[in-house]
Amino acid sequence: MAVISLGCSGSEKKSETQNQLLIKGSDTMVHLGSSWAEAFMNMHKDIEVSITGGGSGTGIAALLNGTTDICMASREIKDKEMKMAAEKNISPREFVVARDGIAVVVNPANPLNEATVEQIGKIYTGQYTNWNQLGGPDQDIIILSRESSSGTYVFFQEHVLGKKDYTPNARLMPATASIIQTVKADKWAIGYVGLGYALEAGEEVKILAVDDGSGPVLPNMETVKSGAYSISRPLYLYTNGNPAGLAKEFIDFCMDPQGQQIVERTGYIKVTE
Amino acid sequence: MASTRFKENAVKYVLLGTATASILIVILIFLFLGKEAFPFLFDPGFSELLGSRWTPVSFVKETFGIYPLVTGSFLITLLATALSVPIGVCGAIYISEIARNTEKEFFKPFIELLAGIPSVVIGFFGLVVLAPIVKSVFNLSSGLTALTGALLLALMAIPTIITISEDAIRSVPRSYKDASLALGASKMQTIWKVTVPASFSGIIAAVMLGMGRVIGETMAVMMVTGNAPLISANPLESVRTMTATIAAEMGEVPFGSDHYRALFWVGLVLLILTFTLNMISMKVLKKYRMQ
Repeated sequence: MAVISLGCSGSEKKSETQNQLLIKGSDTMVHLGSSWAEAFMNMHKDIEVSITGGGSGTGIAALLNGTTDICMASREIKDKEMKMAAEKNISPREFVVARDGIAVVVNPANPLNEATVEQIGKIYTGQYTNWNQLGGPDQDIIILSRESSSGTYVFFQEHVLGKKDYTPNARLMPATASIIQTVKADKWAIGYVGLGYALEAGEEVKILAVDDGSGPVLPNMETVKSGAYSISRPLYLYTNGNPAGLAKEFIDFCMDPQGQQIVERTGYIKVTE
Repeated sequence: MASTRFKENAVKYVLLGTATASILIVILIFLFLGKEAFPFLFDPGFSELLGSRWTPVSFVKETFGIYPLVTGSFLITLLATALSVPIGVCGAIYISEIARNTEKEFFKPFIELLAGIPSVVIGFFGLVVLAPIVKSVFNLSSGLTALTGALLLALMAIPTIITISEDAIRSVPRSYKDASLALGASKMQTIWKVTVPASFSGIIAAVMLGMGRVIGETMAVMMVTGNAPLISANPLESVRTMTATIAAEMGEVPFGSDHYRALFWVGLVLLILTFTLNMISMKVLKKYRMQ
């Protein structure tokens, strides 16, 4: 059973046996990944799927080092990483398995219902500091962000802040739950969270409609899927080369109706029917 | 005969080994932190650390100025000390000098219980209960401030300060107090003019150890201070402490990157600060024990 793989310097190594599957990467996707794994293991009793987080970067590094079978990532693989992969003779293959919308939330007492991507960007870069600059009341804006280790932080910075730096005034919250908690408690706060979390919070927070130039759009399953809502991102699985054996079976499962049902149940958006 | 001596020696060396283990571990931690932090000095250079902005993730330019983190930790530590010292010291005086035995038996378990509450529980309490109170009392738009963090930390430092000050106060010789009372001083006069001054160095040591606890605390502060890396002396602003920065960012930082090394510098600065505080309090404690 035990196959020793030569030339593997790390202490962990990729599973060589056909009844174990290692999946590693984005913390955003850990919940989704473990839901998939659970259902997959229910169907195949003799197979063990292990899911670990650590972040998209960690997952891609593991793929390059050959210490994982599948990598989960909430961002696309970078050019720098592709170059490293080529050096190591690894050819990452990409699968979009779900989509995630990022909702911008405010307190229900806030009269604002919509904002443009540019306005939200200006709030987060510190150009706007008062709600009256957006046509609201004369109140300071309390800016809430995720910690810089979060993939959501980087995605938001790239797509909403236009790759500019966050203002130092932004309060960096350790978890999505604390953003929701603070938006609920502080009347003039603004924050961003994954759509699933925002929908779960229900009436306690108000989700803003976001305008990217073609009119304000509220995020929901349909608008994220159609691309009408602009602050959304694909979620990826990566394998080394074309997946074979167990890895292929798992990815096929993720994409089939049952797997996509799990996507919807965990608060993300399906990519196929 | 020989075997007895061998046994004796063996036991001696085992004990010596366990005693030196902690010293060895401290030295190893210093070496490890230094090793990981050191390459930062060449690239991007030490001056980068002295900057006033901490933006470790950026598409424009990453900056690793630890100044806002150091001021954040200092502000919170000073505030928490200012809040906890009067309560802690007065509490210790009451328990050791004024309280009756039944009262002591009532107070002590509660103080020990307070010391035992996990910091994440205190942090949660702060986020849900204390932050809204701070917000409404000072009429702020957000309760996630340095003051909220300092209040929680004061709560955590008070048991340390009470326990050690009480020890110091109790160790003042009976004869001092008797002499004072015999000269016609009242009980209160004796406490303030004789007992407290005589145990002063012990109280200082208690305060120092309390500060050590405060500066190293992570979870509770991270949950209630808002973690914005601002340089401000205003307790009603958000701050980001060194401990919270390490805890929040170490998880996903690429191994060996500038950001990773900068975080080790933050850790090194923190370790040196707590080490110095502990050294000072040990010196002071030793002094009062010799008296």
